[in-house]
Amino acid sequence: MKVRVRFSKFGPVRFLGHLDTMRYFQKAVRRAGIPIAFSDGFRPHMIMSFAAPLGVGITSEAEYFDMELSEKDTVSVTSGEMIRQFNAVMAEGFRVTSVRKLPEGKKYNAMSLTAAADYQIGFSGAGYPENWAEQMEYFSSQPSILAEKKTKKGMKTTDIKPGIYSIQAEPDKYSLRLAASSSNYVKPKMVMEAFAAYLGIDFAFYDYTVHKMEVYANEGNEEAPRFVPLEELGENIG
Amino acid sequence: MRKLVLSDEILLKIEKPARYTGGEVNGVMKKPEEVDIRFAMCFPDVYEIGMSHLGLQILYHMFNQRTDTWCERVFSPWTDLDEIMRQKKIPLFALESQNFVKDFDFLGITIQYEMCYTNILQILDLSQIPLYAKERGEEHPLVIGGGPCVLNPEPLAPFFDLFYIGEGEVSYPKLLDTYAEMKKRGESREEFLEAAAQIPGIYVPAFYDAEYNQDKTLASFGPNRPGVPERVSRQVLTDFTNAEYPKAPVVPFIKATQDRVTLEIQRGCIRGCRFCQAGMIYRPAREKNVELLKRQARDMLNSTGHEEISLSSLSSSDYSQLKELLEFLLEEYGGTGVNVSLPSLRIDAFSLQVMSRIQDVKKSSLTFAPEAGSQRLRDVINKGLTEEDILTGAKTAFQGGWNRVKLYFMLGLPAECEEDVRCIARLAQRIADEYYEIPKERRQGKVQVTISTSFFVPKPFTPFQWAPMASSQIYLDRVRTLREELREQTNHKSIKYNWHEADVAILEGFFARGDRRAADVLLRAYELGAMYDAWTEHFHPELWERAFADTGVDLDFYTLRTRQTQELLPWDFIDAGVKRTFLEKEWQRAKEGQITPNCRQSCSGCGAAGYKGGVCVESQS
Repeated sequence: MKVRVRFSKFGPVRFLGHLDTMRYFQKAVRRAGIPIAFSDGFRPHMIMSFAAPLGVGITSEAEYFDMELSEKDTVSVTSGEMIRQFNAVMAEGFRVTSVRKLPEGKKYNAMSLTAAADYQIGFSGAGYPENWAEQMEYFSSQPSILAEKKTKKGMKTTDIKPGIYSIQAEPDKYSLRLAASSSNYVKPKMVMEAFAAYLGIDFAFYDYTVHKMEVYANEGNEEAPRFVPLEELGENIG
Repeated sequence: MRKLVLSDEILLKIEKPARYTGGEVNGVMKKPEEVDIRFAMCFPDVYEIGMSHLGLQILYHMFNQRTDTWCERVFSPWTDLDEIMRQKKIPLFALESQNFVKDFDFLGITIQYEMCYTNILQILDLSQIPLYAKERGEEHPLVIGGGPCVLNPEPLAPFFDLFYIGEGEVSYPKLLDTYAEMKKRGESREEFLEAAAQIPGIYVPAFYDAEYNQDKTLASFGPNRPGVPERVSRQVLTDFTNAEYPKAPVVPFIKATQDRVTLEIQRGCIRGCRFCQAGMIYRPAREKNVELLKRQARDMLNSTGHEEISLSSLSSSDYSQLKELLEFLLEEYGGTGVNVSLPSLRIDAFSLQVMSRIQDVKKSSLTFAPEAGSQRLRDVINKGLTEEDILTGAKTAFQGGWNRVKLYFMLGLPAECEEDVRCIARLAQRIADEYYEIPKERRQGKVQVTISTSFFVPKPFTPFQWAPMASSQIYLDRVRTLREELREQTNHKSIKYNWHEADVAILEGFFARGDRRAADVLLRAYELGAMYDAWTEHFHPELWERAFADTGVDLDFYTLRTRQTQELLPWDFIDAGVKRTFLEKEWQRAKEGQITPNCRQSCSGCGAAGYKGGVCVESQS
């Protein structure tokens, strides 16, 4: 049986990279005594796959990985029990918030499903002007927003506007919904940097706090997207 | 949530920020106001190395069992952060609380190899603690050193307030109790040191003076105030089975060098190789009860979630219950992808059978450590391994499907001549020959024999403590001879040869047998920028050359000289259990090429029986 685990990552562990976060959860699964399935072969490994990596320095309440349990159809543990088992062995800054059973089938892989993500950007140290919210409206209504994007061939200037699904000023912060699939993505840093350039101020990533709020699959189509949080594609056990 | 010392700006700039943020699984958090003793436990190298060390985990666990003590970890900041901390004057901090080390009661430094000595000064310097113990005041932590290197603490003497000689499990409780009581009574640093000097195994260097002869040798060494013991005795844990062990070791977030559970199955070694310090200073060899080991393995695997367990000892094959322990581990954890790793195993039928179950034969190589090429020289160093053992082992391995063999040797051993070195090449040739004895259709491709040589470094409390080191010229000649002889072999295409440079080893030799005057060179090299000398890319021999020139210390006096057995040695004031008379006898037997039986075969009266434990008791019953 395949389950999807949602967890949050905050505090000092925001400085852990993606590979170390994966290693952390491999060990956490063992500590928690979760009945995970192993691959065949001389060196059996856990069957688990992570959704999109989280950038170093970013906190999140919507990280996901899928894992295969050794139990096929019947379940001896409930979602609530697995959450408790995980949280009994977490390090400071990690918290498992849901474990849900997924329907069988390949297309439900967390990585390939990811289409969009929400972020909250705090900018206390960035030196924004007082009328920043107004400026943000002008910024987002430009016909195109240019940003440097890393490609296989090096840095390339691209228009990121199509990948910015929404941009919303709030008191002392702003929210972003950004494209997050492997073929079409915008990183929050690109928007933050472009907006700083628009304001005519220097940009340093460490002046900001970036918090990921949710990750979505697109259950509609490209023209009429219907964004559904990844965890809602599964159901609670027990 | 803990507040970090380093800003986001710094943490996002440096390599592997998780080296400095703490918060790992099984790390211990306490409330500062609820403890009497703040102990900073330091391994003076980078986090990934330090966190791989079992001793640190044992003491961390043991200290934190005490409700009156909070023990936290400190490691050397890597060069990128080191630079930033100096520039911004950020004091060094402990990982757990992120509090500054300079405000702790103790800074304990474990000293595992000589090439970390400059990093000890880095730790003190970044902590903003005066480098010289005599310049520290009541407000500074007490700096205490431990680990194998402090069996000759003299090159580090001026930088430490105290040293702990021997196994930490024994006298630390007394030391911490004493400290806690005296702190409550408001007694001074000096008063505490005087009390500490009375505790077995504690050496307070400021209470001893050294005087030298015209010829630079040590003239006298002893206490400079009344009531201080003449000799300091190495502390040994007799009841090893019931020793403290970390049920829940700290699990690093980033990949440590040893990213696994370490299960210490025995301490000490019965073998008595004459070059090996560990084989002498951890006597007597002591085994842990196998049932207890099973429980410890289970506890540690469950509490860490590690996917590998390594059995740690100086010579695993000598552990009498090895078979039972391995059977248990393979049965219990085989299906869950937990790997078992087993270093320091002698290659024979049993070990090959075990290894074929725990590793992928096609991908792994076998390691032999003959240490010397000829039987004559192996007898000199008392390495009880014959050419026949090696060839039979290799043959069995090749028949089992292995085709890669690694061989470790030392060059520059006492009494070594060119012929011994040539024998290394011939031994490699004969091993490759064994492979081609197997019918072609049963071979797995080509054989690969890899030879590695290191430079022999004489160590205190070994029979070779009087032996000269070879000069780097001789060493490089030996390397050349070996390469030459290898080219002569018909199988030379199957043989690869790696060798180490000589200059690091010579420096290691200098500090291993140095006296208090070596401290000047150390400090000078550090001032000139030496640090992370154990890291090839950071080792700068020219800085050390300058340090020797600036201080006028004669390197050759410490390394190239044959010491007379009547000479007073800087570490003679330490009673390591192994008697000087035994070492002298062994030095003599080495010169005569006579081997000495191992502790299970018969007792050679080394002196360790005085501890009344381990193999010494075993052989009596």
